[in-house]
Amino acid sequence: MDTLSALADGFSIALTFQNLGLALIGCFLGTIIGALPGLGPSNGVAILIPLAFTLGLPATPALILLTSVYYGAMYGGRISSILLNIPGDEPALMTTLDGYPMARKGMAGEALALSGIASFVGAFFATWGLVFLAPQLVKVALLFGPAEYFALFALAFATLGGIASKNQAKAALAAGLGLGIAMIGVDGQTGVPRFTFGEVHLYDGIDFLVAIVGLFALSEVFIFLEHRGTTKATGDASGIKLGRLTPPLSMLKQTAPTMARSTVLGFIAGVLPGAGASLGSFISYSVEKRLVDKNNTFGTGDPRGVAAPEAGNNAAAGGALVPMLALGVPGSGTTAVLLAMLLALNITPGPLLFTNNPDVVWGLIAALFIGNVMLLVMNIPMVSLFVRVLLVPPRYLMPAVAMISFVGIYGISGSTFDLMVMVFFGLLGWILRKLDVPLVPIILGVLLGNQMEANMRRAMTISDGDWSALFASPLSIGLWLFAFFGFILPIVAGRFFRPKFPRTDSEADPD
Amino acid sequence: MKNFITRLAATAVAVVSLTAAAQAFDPGATECIAPANPGGGWDFTCRQVGKTLQDLKLVPGTMQVTNMAGGGGGVAYAEVINKRNDANNLIIAASSATSTRLAQGAYPGNTMDQVRWVASVGADYGIIAVAKDSAINTLPELMEMIKADPSSVSIAGGSAVGGWDHLKVLMAAKKAGIEDVRTIKYVAFDGGGEAVTQLLGGSVQAFTGDASEAKGFVDSGDIKVLAVLAPERLEGDFASFPTAKEQGIDVIGANWRGFYAPGGSSDEAYDYWVNAIGTVYDSAEWKDIMAQNGLAPLNLRGADFQAFVADSVASITDISKEIGLIH
Repeated sequence: MDTLSALADGFSIALTFQNLGLALIGCFLGTIIGALPGLGPSNGVAILIPLAFTLGLPATPALILLTSVYYGAMYGGRISSILLNIPGDEPALMTTLDGYPMARKGMAGEALALSGIASFVGAFFATWGLVFLAPQLVKVALLFGPAEYFALFALAFATLGGIASKNQAKAALAAGLGLGIAMIGVDGQTGVPRFTFGEVHLYDGIDFLVAIVGLFALSEVFIFLEHRGTTKATGDASGIKLGRLTPPLSMLKQTAPTMARSTVLGFIAGVLPGAGASLGSFISYSVEKRLVDKNNTFGTGDPRGVAAPEAGNNAAAGGALVPMLALGVPGSGTTAVLLAMLLALNITPGPLLFTNNPDVVWGLIAALFIGNVMLLVMNIPMVSLFVRVLLVPPRYLMPAVAMISFVGIYGISGSTFDLMVMVFFGLLGWILRKLDVPLVPIILGVLLGNQMEANMRRAMTISDGDWSALFASPLSIGLWLFAFFGFILPIVAGRFFRPKFPRTDSEADPD
Repeated sequence: MKNFITRLAATAVAVVSLTAAAQAFDPGATECIAPANPGGGWDFTCRQVGKTLQDLKLVPGTMQVTNMAGGGGGVAYAEVINKRNDANNLIIAASSATSTRLAQGAYPGNTMDQVRWVASVGADYGIIAVAKDSAINTLPELMEMIKADPSSVSIAGGSAVGGWDHLKVLMAAKKAGIEDVRTIKYVAFDGGGEAVTQLLGGSVQAFTGDASEAKGFVDSGDIKVLAVLAPERLEGDFASFPTAKEQGIDVIGANWRGFYAPGGSSDEAYDYWVNAIGTVYDSAEWKDIMAQNGLAPLNLRGADFQAFVADSVASITDISKEIGLIH
């Protein structure tokens, strides 16, 4: 067992007093960074890089610090999703769908604890996947050419139906809006600016963090402003129940298969460099909904709807390290920043990294295990602290949300233009909420639209415009079949089954 | 009226700074703008040079790094010209991406002569490579294949169409005698790593990128470097690979890194920065940093650097017109 002895060496590197301290600091900072709207894992890691340089840390401790921040932020993103319906970062988007309704039902404590456990399960097993499967998985990543990626994204959009709204047409409209927003900016395939109106700030496109914070956080503030003086809007604090602080065993039992499936799916999505954590949590949620949502409870506070995206996105975070370490290809924005960090430390990621720098790789992997356990231990007791956010009356909470949004976005880009874009999205979100249009598909359109378009056009360039290239490999045919049935089955099946379900709780609609 | 006051104020500031500069320039609190988010190449340039300036005691205290992302550097470029045109204590990180975008008019309304080009601190030379089991062994062979049937070769790179990775191939193709460079199939990926992966996966036949981003795959033997686009062979791991020039295709593709200063900065300040960056370049510390980060020598200062940038802007303008990117 070479791998295990290498891992043991890794633990001996990671288990020093200094490294454990760095992991602890990293996990703590990461959780906070993840929870703050506007600050996601990639900004968190980027902000801390100068700190790692200033402290003069050698490669392994620096990586331990930064990956702890990475994992911590993946944990932390769910907190504001569940408590405030504001995703702390983009992979936590799907957690709002069932997490917030759970909190509204007085199960905030359970939702937080359950999502913490699901995060742990996802990250823990993904790290084992990284240990044993990294070399083999690299081959999987190589199977995905532009045509296969396009099919994968088509699959994601095909399963979108019904995910965030009872009204399919509104969900489709929202996704279309998101795709349209994704088109803004300089087109990579021709170098032509699209929808930029000669405004240089729009050349890089709309940063999805700006869109998320505007659509979710600011629109929440606007809704509160609209209803100020009445208690109807965001509810008064006295009526809120926090729920238990640990999930009952039956809930864990119920969600265990969901966590297992989502971990596998998330991990695979993470391994593919063109996919990433957002796709991981999204696919996990939509597949679970298809598989187990017999009573149409997803979207109304089903614990499985919390467990699936959390296990999925944390597993994807682990999976994304596979192509970064073994190919030098970042599978997500965060790993792109980590990659820059590795290069600056004079470590060349790539096929030879495991041979040339085993101390770095195995020390890092051991640190992931340590950070993971630390995060679980840190997060479960902190649930009682987090849920108290709900006790803060909205008239104090909402100004704080507005302030954090503005400071967070300005802190990333240092651009007042982005602040205006954010306010615009806030207004858009407010209007769309009034019209009962779900917001989640918009963000999915923005997140996935660019990649989907780019891959289709790459495939077209390579094939000289021959469309059959999109269906040329067995892998892409398989993905198309999944997409086709994922799209058709609910429609056909819905004809027969859906009317029988009583439409009870329209107020529990997540948006 | 407001405009008039702003101008008056600007003139006053300029006069004050000129008088101050008359007695040997004193940089005061220095600043470096990285026109991108933390973690990227421009950010790296600012931080590493700033740190070396500080270590060599060329600036008082620390140099502040400001990240100003947006528009592929265009936001920072416009900000410097419109608002900080006479700042004497400011330099801005730049690279061949800056000159490419200037040449293609991607910074709307701005041109390269609105700022003062200070110096380069090194370059990352381009390479053209194929998978290890490819039948192609030299750059002329690849060019012959393209000449015979342009649709048979897809070339992957990490920059957008019209970006640096694309232009390098086109310049090489022109030198190799390919008349209509528009027929060359270039596929744009998000970064060099992703492009190399597609080469290994067999979706594309060739790769164009920088030496540093391909290093891991060259070391492992997964890719075969056909040519290095440098004036002479690189040192270290890349020494065994021939240059394009050796193979009869006289093309150089240097992804340089360097700095510009505001157009209205004083001559004293400009000279100060040219000297300071030059001193950094000559230092042993910087040699180490270059070696660690795959930067090859490119030592151009002051007027030489200005001429170099003007040259590359002109040649990029030509080729971009030819492929129809600009008119």
